[in-house]
Order: sequence, then C-alpha cells, then structure tokens
Amino acid sequence: MTTPTEMLVEPSRKSAGQRAVTTILTSRESAIALVLILVIGAATLNTHSFLFSSDSWRDLLLAPSILLLLAVGQAVVIITRSVDLSVGSTLALTAYLTGRLFVDNPGIPVIVVFLIGIAAGGVLGLINGLLVALGKVPALVITLGTMYIYRGVVLEWAGSDRINAADMPKSFLSLGTKTILSIPVLTIIAVAVLVAVGYYLRTARGGRELYAIGSDPDAANLYGLNVRTRVIGAFVLCGALAGLAGVVYAARYGTISSSAGTGIELQAVGAAVIGGVAIFGGSGTVWGAAIGAWLLITINRALPILGVQDFWQRAVVGALIIAAIVLDRVLAVRRSRKLIEARDAS
Amino acid sequence: MTTTDTPRTQSARTYPSYAKSLWQRVLLTREFAVIALLLIVFFYSRNQIPNFDGPLTIYYLLLDVAPILLIALPMTLIIITGEIDLSVASTVGLSSVLVGDLHQGGMSIPMAALVAILVGVLCGAFNGFLIAYVGLPSLAVTIGTLALYRGLGVGILGTTAVTDFPEKWTDLAKDRIGDSSYPVIVIPILVLIIVFVLLLHFTPFGRGVFDIGLNDEAAHFSGVNVARTKFLLFVMAGAVSAFAGIYFTLRFGSARGDNATGMELQVIAAVLLGGVSIFGGRGALHGVLAGVLLIGVLQSALRLDDVSANVINIIIGLLLIASVMSTSFLSFVARTTAGMKRRATEGSPERQQASAHHEGNNS
Repeated sequence: MTTPTEMLVEPSRKSAGQRAVTTILTSRESAIALVLILVIGAATLNTHSFLFSSDSWRDLLLAPSILLLLAVGQAVVIITRSVDLSVGSTLALTAYLTGRLFVDNPGIPVIVVFLIGIAAGGVLGLINGLLVALGKVPALVITLGTMYIYRGVVLEWAGSDRINAADMPKSFLSLGTKTILSIPVLTIIAVAVLVAVGYYLRTARGGRELYAIGSDPDAANLYGLNVRTRVIGAFVLCGALAGLAGVVYAARYGTISSSAGTGIELQAVGAAVIGGVAIFGGSGTVWGAAIGAWLLITINRALPILGVQDFWQRAVVGALIIAAIVLDRVLAVRRSRKLIEARDAS
Repeated sequence: MTTTDTPRTQSARTYPSYAKSLWQRVLLTREFAVIALLLIVFFYSRNQIPNFDGPLTIYYLLLDVAPILLIALPMTLIIITGEIDLSVASTVGLSSVLVGDLHQGGMSIPMAALVAILVGVLCGAFNGFLIAYVGLPSLAVTIGTLALYRGLGVGILGTTAVTDFPEKWTDLAKDRIGDSSYPVIVIPILVLIIVFVLLLHFTPFGRGVFDIGLNDEAAHFSGVNVARTKFLLFVMAGAVSAFAGIYFTLRFGSARGDNATGMELQVIAAVLLGGVSIFGGRGALHGVLAGVLLIGVLQSALRLDDVSANVINIIIGLLLIASVMSTSFLSFVARTTAGMKRRATEGSPERQQASAHHEGNNS
C-alpha cells in the first residue's frame, strides 16, 4: 500500500480497538460465520444431538477438514487471478498413492507417508504452475487439461483396484477418529495449515505480493515483482495442500478408489467464492474460504435435520453461492458510491 | 480469472489478415490443424483398427457425441465473448428430470419436452440476467447455477429414475435415417449447426460477438448491444442444453437427476481444442466441430482397439494443453525470430510494446 499525496479517504481517526471491532462487525468473514452459526443453531434447536452428542460434535469438526484444505489452496490460487481445477484429481492421485505406499512397504512410518503425499501433490502443482506461468496460457484451460490427465493417470494406475481399510495400518486409520481435547486430529492439522497460510498471506511480503499480482498483474510486473515465481509458488502450495488432503482422505475414509474426489474442485472454488474470495483475484482471505468450506459441509449435514430432504442440498449450495456474489456486488457498488460522495464533498 | 499475458502481437501489426496469400490464410490456421488431425486419426483408425470401418461405428459415434456437439455450438459463442457457462450439464440433468417427471405425471412426451425447453430457456435467462445486466463474473455465477440446477433436478426426482417411456419416442432417438448409418439426431444437429454458423459468421450479431470478446467497451461504443448479446447467448445455451437433455433421456430411456454430470468440462475441453481462445474474440465453428468429432473418434477408436478407456482422459488432457501451448509457443518463436531480424538490420533495442500484456477477461 502506498500513500498517495492526495487521499480519497482520510485515514481512520478511531482507536485501534474501535477499528478492530468495526472490522469484525463488517467483514465478509464474520457474515459467513454468522450464517454458519445460524445453521448450526437451527439444527441444534431441532435436534439437540446435532451439537451435543460426542459423535456429532466430532463430525461437525472432522467432516469439513478435507474441503477446508482444498479451499485454502484454491483461495491462494484465486487471489493471484488464476484457478486450479485439477485439485480433485490431485487428491485422488495422492490418496491412492498413500494406500499403495502402505500396501507395498509394510511398516512405513506414517509421517513419511504424509511427507510423500504432500511432496507428490506439490510436484503436480508445480507442473500446473510451470505450464501456466511459462506458457502464458490461462490457468482455467491448463488445469482443465491436467485435471483430465491426472484423473486418467490414477484411473490407469488403480484400474478397478480398491484399497481397503485392511490394507492400511491401524495407527494411520486411527488418525481419522482420534481426538485431542475432543478436537479431531485431522481438524487440528487442517486448522494449523489454515493459520499458517492465513498468517503468511496477511503479513509476509510474499503473501502481499500475491494480492498485488491478483489485483493487477501488469502493474505488479512493472513494479518489479517476480510474477512468474509467485504464481508458480501459489500453484505448488495449492497442489501440496491437495496432496495433504489426499492423505487425510485416505485416513478418514479408509477406502480409496480411483474415483475419489470427483467434482470436488468446483466445491472448493464454490467455498472460496462463498467465503468472499473474488474470482478475479486480489481480494479475499483464506479465513473466508475456510468458513465457506465449513458452511458447505455443515449445510449438507444440517438439511435433513431441518426437515429438508438432503437431495435439495446442492440447490441450497447453489443459491448460497449466487447470494454471496450478488451481495458482494451490492456492497462493492455501495462502497464505490460512498467513495465518490466523499470525493465530491471535499 | 487467469494469468495474464497472452501475447497479442496482432495488435501491433496493421493488417495481419492480408499479409499472407489466401491459401495460407485459409489453411494455416488452428482450425485446419484440428481438422487435419481429425482426418489423420480417422483414416489411421479405419486402416489399422479392426471393425472401425464397420457400419455401427459411425452410428454409435454420432449417438454418443450428439449432446456434446449440440451444447458446443452455443458454448463456442459464449466463450468467444469471453464468458463461460459451467451450468450447461446441470441444465441437461434438470431437463432430463422434467421430461421424466412430467411424463410420469401423465403428460405426453412432446408437451413435457416443450416444458423442459421452456425451463431451459429460463435457466439460461437467469444466468444471462446475472451476468449481462447485473454484471457478475460468469465463472462464479455459473458455478453457482451448476449446483443450483443440478440440485433442483436431484431434488425433484431424488434417487429414483423414470424409465418407462413409450417405445415410439425412445426408438426415434436411436432411429436411423433410411438405411444409412446416420442416426436421426443428425438432422436437428445439422439444422442447429447451420443456424449457429450463419449467426456467428454471417450476421452483424456474430460480428458483435467477436467484438465483445476483443474489447467489450469498444464494442459498446461502436454500437453493439453488449448486455443483450450476452443475455441472448446464455438463453440459447439454456435452450440447446435442455434439448440435449431431452435427447439424452430418450436415448438411454432413463431420466435421472445425475444424468450428464461433468459434461460441462467435456464440452469446454472440446471447444477449446477446436481453437477458440478462452480470452475471447477468436474462434470458428468448423474448428469446434472438428474438436468435438476428434474426441469422439479417439474415444471409439481406443474402445475398439481394446485400449482401456482411461487413456482417453490422458489424451484429451494432453491435446488440450498442447493446443493452447502451441499458440504461445508459435508466437514466442515468431517474436524471437522477428526480434533477431530487427536487431540484425537496425541494431535498435527490442521493442517492449511487441509483447504487450493482455489482461484476462475481467469484465
């Protein structure tokens, strides 16, 4: 952020505390969080066990962890004005790889499997990033292509083979159910990743550069930012998180077939959009994307309890995405009108 | 939406279209590269793959490829304006469900089909209204309606499927024209192809479509009704998708909420393979038709050759990437050779403007 000599809007005279309160009250993330709380509250009023039984509590936290990881990675890529449609295929590939590692190398340490999964996802992301950045081709097309390729590879590799829970060690599968202080381990992993990425985007130079690139790639280039490296980095991060999500998928479900994660890429994009990440880059936070992912999954579980057949769940999700972008539009129009009024008044 | 810089050296040149002779302009294009590839694959398969030249191959190929071919027509126009429609497959699913549900409720097939097409028009109009008049990004809107329309379809029928359709109509969907090996669906496809080719390549409306893709503000100031054009294109996409949904239902004799899931990406892959630029402003329907048929021929050839069907995914992906990368690779080669020539003659520094960055379609 530079300080121009003439400012359109005066810097706020409020104290830091007041500013923090206003931010929390008016931010996009808290609006989504409010919707999430309303959904949980309504479901709980209807059926107390939705929140207060231990199984249900665990599910509430555990179910979103996979989509949360994908949405965080997707948000980082969308912020740079790209999109990654290959995450679902990456997830399937690393999930199957996880299973194969356990089958072919009995006794392999769990942590090594996690690292291999993340690295494999990172390599797939690197391929996307290199093609997008060096080929100067839109990410939508490239990742549509790699979506087919990665899915084809896993279909060819796995065939109709299916990896079952019996093929994987107990210590790994127990990660899917284990909790620490009643919080599932997989959720802790996902939230730790979320906090790290969120902190990086907010404070680190690299993170701010991603926003700059998304706002205006040409300006970022002229300003001297290394656009290519940053974009490649964003894709590697997104791929690595999809790889981690693949390992988490294996731990949570215990059964892996080649069709794992089909169609989840558009859910991840949807979660980011609901969470306020602008599809043309430059604004939004991973916090919003994460809450969006949580909301999508929770609505899925809450609808049957609220007496809506769960067949309608996708319709509700669609309506929610559209409501979110229309709301964004309305707010943006109002904000720009206020700025114009402020300019005219001065 | 995407990373930025497509090299658009054309803007630096004055009249690139007339710099080459006619045959070069017609034959050395992306479209003809795809057509040539299609012919090569087709004749190779005929000679090398047993049973490929049997009478059933063409018949099933056309039956299978028909929905994608139909939807690719309006999708081409939409992508040329720089927008995208991800909700088409969900509209197919919704119209399939409507035909099944209304028929089960006692409506005749033509009436149910009419209602389904009207609903398809409404679906398209909703997309078009949000994108053209409210001004929302099409990628985000149609990801939303992708879920919405699919959700409505799945919501109406649940997990049940309607399968009792009168044989008269299911047979019609699979019927052949006379004794030839062409299915009847070819007739409406041909009609629509002619309509869309005329619309895109031979009317002011079509020129407007290209103008919007190149620069929608300039198009607006030169008298193109940008919002109305986009709106109409989405309505067309909705109507054609609904028609494809009716065909899909009758051909397989089954109306289910999850019919044609994932078809939107197949359609977009075929359109892009056919040489349409995702940034808009560039593309032609003959390339798209070749792109769709290329995927269809590859699919049936691989199936007959006993190659596992999964390889087709890899091949489609590789073709897609190769086809888009070839453009930037060729323009990279052209730029470097042009730069070397200029430096050799003038010794002046390379012009930065030549590689002017083109912003993605952030309308």
